[in-house]
Amino acid sequence: MAREIDLMERQRRLAWFLIVPAVIVVLLVIGYPLIQVLVYSVLKYKLDGVTPPSFVGLGNYLFILTDSDFWRAVAVTLIFTFFSVTLEAVLGLSVAMVANSKFKGRSILRVAILIPWAIPTVVSSKIWAWMFNDIYGVVNVLLTNLHLIPQKIAFLATPITAIPVIIAVDVWKTTPFMALLLLAGLGLIPSDLYEAAAIDGATAVKAFFSVTLPLVMPTLLVALIFRTLDALRVFDIFYVMVGGQGNMATMAIYNQQWLVSFLDAGIGSAASVIILIFIMIFVILYTRFSKTSFQ
Amino acid sequence: MKEEDTKTILLRVLFYLLVLVILVFNLFPFVYAVVSSFRPSSDLFSTDLFPKALTLDHYNQVFKDPRFVAGLINSIIVAGCTVLISLALGSLCAYALGRLPFRFKGPVLYLVLTMTMFPQISVLSGLFVMLKALNLFNSRQGLILTYLIFTLPFTIWVMTQYFRSLPRELEEAAYVDGAAPLEVFWKILLPLTVPGLVSTGLLAFIAAWNEFLFALTFTVTDTMKTVPVVISQFSGATSFEQPWGSIMAASMVVTVPLVILVMIFQYRIVAGLTAGAVKG
Repeated sequence: MAREIDLMERQRRLAWFLIVPAVIVVLLVIGYPLIQVLVYSVLKYKLDGVTPPSFVGLGNYLFILTDSDFWRAVAVTLIFTFFSVTLEAVLGLSVAMVANSKFKGRSILRVAILIPWAIPTVVSSKIWAWMFNDIYGVVNVLLTNLHLIPQKIAFLATPITAIPVIIAVDVWKTTPFMALLLLAGLGLIPSDLYEAAAIDGATAVKAFFSVTLPLVMPTLLVALIFRTLDALRVFDIFYVMVGGQGNMATMAIYNQQWLVSFLDAGIGSAASVIILIFIMIFVILYTRFSKTSFQ
Repeated sequence: MKEEDTKTILLRVLFYLLVLVILVFNLFPFVYAVVSSFRPSSDLFSTDLFPKALTLDHYNQVFKDPRFVAGLINSIIVAGCTVLISLALGSLCAYALGRLPFRFKGPVLYLVLTMTMFPQISVLSGLFVMLKALNLFNSRQGLILTYLIFTLPFTIWVMTQYFRSLPRELEEAAYVDGAAPLEVFWKILLPLTVPGLVSTGLLAFIAAWNEFLFALTFTVTDTMKTVPVVISQFSGATSFEQPWGSIMAASMVVTVPLVILVMIFQYRIVAGLTAGAVKG
């Protein structure tokens, strides 16, 4: 007995000892910078090494919230998030259901859907930018050869054509992630539920809505949260495909440019805080929704 | 009866058509990039799927480019060190969280999960100033340190699930024999988590290898940039003329090793990816 207590005590002490290094790193790379961001957000803080920082209260926030560039970035980000996450959910569920049924070549399909996911975002953006190149891109050449468009389109030059292409890249890249999560969720559904539905004479469509969808819903919600949070901070795809064009900046690009191009840590930090609040609102909405729908 | 048969056959055909569409959609951009990277420049703007001639010119060119080679070396060092540090710190912490008695286990785990989803952009300026103050701006060490933001919480989370799933009996037998807790970790549990370490390490490696925002923001000289930044900044003689052949060749150099790794470890990767999300 004494020995057991001794062991417990030793384990407890060891636990602290093992956790401390990770905690220190986390405090250094997340905790401290986050506090700094909150502090900088109420300062006029130019990173030119000349002007000393001075307190401006909510001045940076007011500037951003009255800046039309910021609201355009919000609109671009929300449009991108809504369409890419919705498409990914629908396509991801379809791909998962196909990959979940038994057929020859199923393992090939499962490997194939991992490939877009493994490709670095910068690379996928470059590949798609090349496919949609205004003169030599395969899409333009095919469309003109088939006489579907009278002349070649500069897809990436205006938001109305560029944003759908960017959404397509994101859907291409992250549908596999969605499909894999949902595939794991589908695997948890007991097959006798489908048998019972079949005995009751339910059609395939009815079985989908009364068995598959409700049971895969918890997994779908988790996947949606992950994807929404990712999409709200989108940076790479927009930066690589349409980087120079201010009318297609996202919230993250707006933030990064204030910091790096204009060397303004005050406005950059206030933008970070606003993005964080945006993301937290979505998290709260999702958790509310999942609570009400599972009670 | 006859009608039933045609109906099933029709459904089969439709199903395989759907599979084909999924395969083409997933693979076409990748295949197109591979083909473009081998196409001679003179032929680059033709759209035949199969090129008339193949060339290694673009590959020779990118490997002669000192920026690309430096980028490749930087990426290997940064991603490699990030993974090693995350696995070392992360698996120790995960052992404590998954196996040892510990008072604030619930809140700590919740915090770890929250941090795996933490948006990097929201600490960008804090890190920017911090790296400058620590003299780590524009350095590999600086990137390694900041990459721990996304690899360490993820490693802790997934490895904790692994440690929890191991059977208790092994440990108990060792304790009866008088082994110390750290010995149990090192000699008994750690060898059993090797599959978990491999898949977690691989996922962390992919995340670090693909990272763009921090690398773009925290490095300025060509000698310190990682390969995604180098590829994003590839440009031709004039700004209107992008060297697409070289861009595609460089893209394939950084992508193909990942694709091969993913194919080899596909089951483990899928297990690692879904471990957090489905159970959590």
